[in-house]
Amino acid sequence: MDVQAVIREQVTANPIVLYMKGTPKFPQCGFSNLASQILKACDVDYLAVDVLADQAIREGIKVYANWPTIPQLYVKGEFVGGSDIMRAMYESGELQTLLDTAK
Amino acid sequence: MLSAQQLESYITQNLACDYIKVLGDDGTHFEAVIVSHAFIGKTMVQQHQLVYAALGDRMRAEIHALSMRTYTPETWKKLNNKN
Repeated sequence: MDVQAVIREQVTANPIVLYMKGTPKFPQCGFSNLASQILKACDVDYLAVDVLADQAIREGIKVYANWPTIPQLYVKGEFVGGSDIMRAMYESGELQTLLDTAK
Repeated sequence: MLSAQQLESYITQNLACDYIKVLGDDGTHFEAVIVSHAFIGKTMVQQHQLVYAALGDRMRAEIHALSMRTYTPETWKKLNNKN
């Protein structure tokens, strides 16, 4: 399976997926840390994929959503945004509403 | 070292901005506020994609971290009237 197919499988088989650098317990970048903190505040379960552990995913995910940076959040297979968009949607309450539909 | 001013000019070369302000003085971490007519009718994801597209390969090669807030002229005006 090529990496694009692997990513498609990950984001459709799991309702909420966060691609990040490091893990929620040990984030390796400030933006990834912010993203996982936001999801924690929203009190949802999600799959965290550490892109530093897989070079093919790290490069492939940038192509998948035509988005050159990490973290990236996916809900029900749809790309939601990076940490700036997550923060804006969290502050407006939109993110919680979206995440609740995926619980 | 990449300066905030250079980054600002990289963006404006490829994206018509009504207002732009880029901050950051460590050469790798930047924060940008960008207002553009090009953002009208676009989702936030599409707006950020336009900025990334304007930066092209520089986004991968030179810029480690760019945090941004994007506004249409209308939302920008509303925001400034509130403050």
